Amino acid sequence: MSVQASDSAAVARAPGLTAVSRGFADPLGRIGFALVLLLLLAAVFADVISAYEPTKMLPRDRFLGPSYEHLLGTDQLGRDLFSRMIHGGRVALMVAFPAIGISLALGIFFGLASGYAPKWLDNALLLVFDAIRSFPTVMLALALATIIGPSLQTVVLVVILFSAPAYARIIRTQTLALRNAEFVLASVATGASIWRVLGVHILPNIIGPILILVSMDLPVVITTEAGMSFLGLGVRPPTPSWGSILNDGYAFIRESPWLAIAGGLPIIITTIGFTFLGESLRDAYDPKLRKDG
Amino acid sequence: MLFYAINRLALAIAIVVVVIAVLFCMIYVIPGDPVRIALGPLATPEMAASFRAKMGLDQPLWVQFIRFFSGILTGDLGTDILSNRGVATSVLEQLPFTLTLIASSMLWAVAIGIPLGCYAAIHRGSLLDRIIGVLSVAVIAVPSFVVAVYALLIFAVHLGWFPAIGAGRRGEPLDQLHHLVLPSLAVGLGWVGYLARVVRASMLEVMGENYIRTARAFGLPRRTIVYRYALPIAVLPTITLLGIGVGHMLSGAVFAEIVFARPGVGKLVYDAINARNYPLVSGTVLITTGFYVLATLMADLFVAGLDPRVRASLR
Repeated sequence: MSVQASDSAAVARAPGLTAVSRGFADPLGRIGFALVLLLLLAAVFADVISAYEPTKMLPRDRFLGPSYEHLLGTDQLGRDLFSRMIHGGRVALMVAFPAIGISLALGIFFGLASGYAPKWLDNALLLVFDAIRSFPTVMLALALATIIGPSLQTVVLVVILFSAPAYARIIRTQTLALRNAEFVLASVATGASIWRVLGVHILPNIIGPILILVSMDLPVVITTEAGMSFLGLGVRPPTPSWGSILNDGYAFIRESPWLAIAGGLPIIITTIGFTFLGESLRDAYDPKLRKDG
Repeated sequence: MLFYAINRLALAIAIVVVVIAVLFCMIYVIPGDPVRIALGPLATPEMAASFRAKMGLDQPLWVQFIRFFSGILTGDLGTDILSNRGVATSVLEQLPFTLTLIASSMLWAVAIGIPLGCYAAIHRGSLLDRIIGVLSVAVIAVPSFVVAVYALLIFAVHLGWFPAIGAGRRGEPLDQLHHLVLPSLAVGLGWVGYLARVVRASMLEVMGENYIRTARAFGLPRRTIVYRYALPIAVLPTITLLGIGVGHMLSGAVFAEIVFARPGVGKLVYDAINARNYPLVSGTVLITTGFYVLATLMADLFVAGLDPRVRASLR
């Protein structure tokens, strides 16, 4: 039985490797990869790249335009916008990775449970998934932030509430498709425990495509963080977040355009980068995953 | 059809009930005292007690839940703490502004997105098809609040072509339309790309069907095949999308209303949060969510009514 399992796992993994190389054959995929790499490097080496502390105020240098000293100028408190932009990327990733990770774990658990459970439990779980997803995102985020207060944790919670049911639904469908597959039935017949069936036989067969879909959610999560910080419901000042920089840019839009540019540009670059990369990886990995055929 | 409609309706009702329950839990069960949230940290114990009695917070939890639920059923969503008016009145007053914004965004997104997708499908592989493809992915990816702030920066502050705030003077449609342009640009832009992609893909699929090949074999003009035979079927998936789109656009509308200081439910809920006007927040969330569920339901039923194959597959 273990031979069977490793066989199917190998089949699931092999196209993943070629997919990466095929993904790079696509010029858009390469552009996306470059942008994402830029973001990651900037976030990791934020302290080295930025010449100023992101929260250091120079009251005499307010609303400066771009110059050699301040590449993107300064904000309303005289803080260096380029440094704030770079450090904002750190915050974005610090929210995105844990939020996506927890959502995926919950999604896998409830998705497998729902797909393998008796019909009544499946229906009940589906109802809960659909009900949570029936909230308009912003409304739920606003309501939650009011109740538990604005913070990074609130943003993570909002992301989990929205992503986990979506992942669970996808995983449920895949589990349903596999639960009557011959190698699963064979495993059940030999007396394998439910954990072994789900963990060793079903999960490895569905995880590849799921990971790609999940990675395509990264820009959505980054956008959520920026959006909530833009509304003042996410990161607290003076921590730099692209959303809060953009909000400063909105508040002082008549004084200086550079705040809005420093807040919005990285959001655009990141979302486009991740989307291009994710799309070409997905197409290369499995054309069937394409929502638009 | 009837069976499917009843089934789908039951699901929608069940979802609304769960949503109400979740909302109730969020307000009453999650740690965080609603009294302190509403009155702020400086409230005296007497103030807190009278607020508790007024809102029925001194009752047992199940009594509160029944009150909450029956209140919703009778259209009573509580009282606005600041203005002392019914929450439902305040929300319904603002809803038309938001609906206008969503409808106009949808309208221009459909008017541009569907022809673009159609063109791209018919001229598959052409340069313009590739450009449309890349641009649609790009505009889908960029969040609406960034578009809103940039549109404000470029077209209102720097070029001065459009007004920066408000919804225009009452009774002057042209002025209102002028105020509507930038917000609906921000809300609809991503959907132009999305619709173009979906229509392109579904057009390509339909164009490969047997009945299209038959029509071609009969020598029907290309124009007839595309517009009379293929397009009506290819547009079907977009109708469900439009239902979902209303919900997504609601999120965009909230941001657009805040950025352009436009009246509407988004601005209402945002101001209510900043004023700690708690019943107004939950009432707005409830009404907009109900509205979202309704929009999805109608889209599903509409598609099922149009396309017998969808009906069969959903049964």
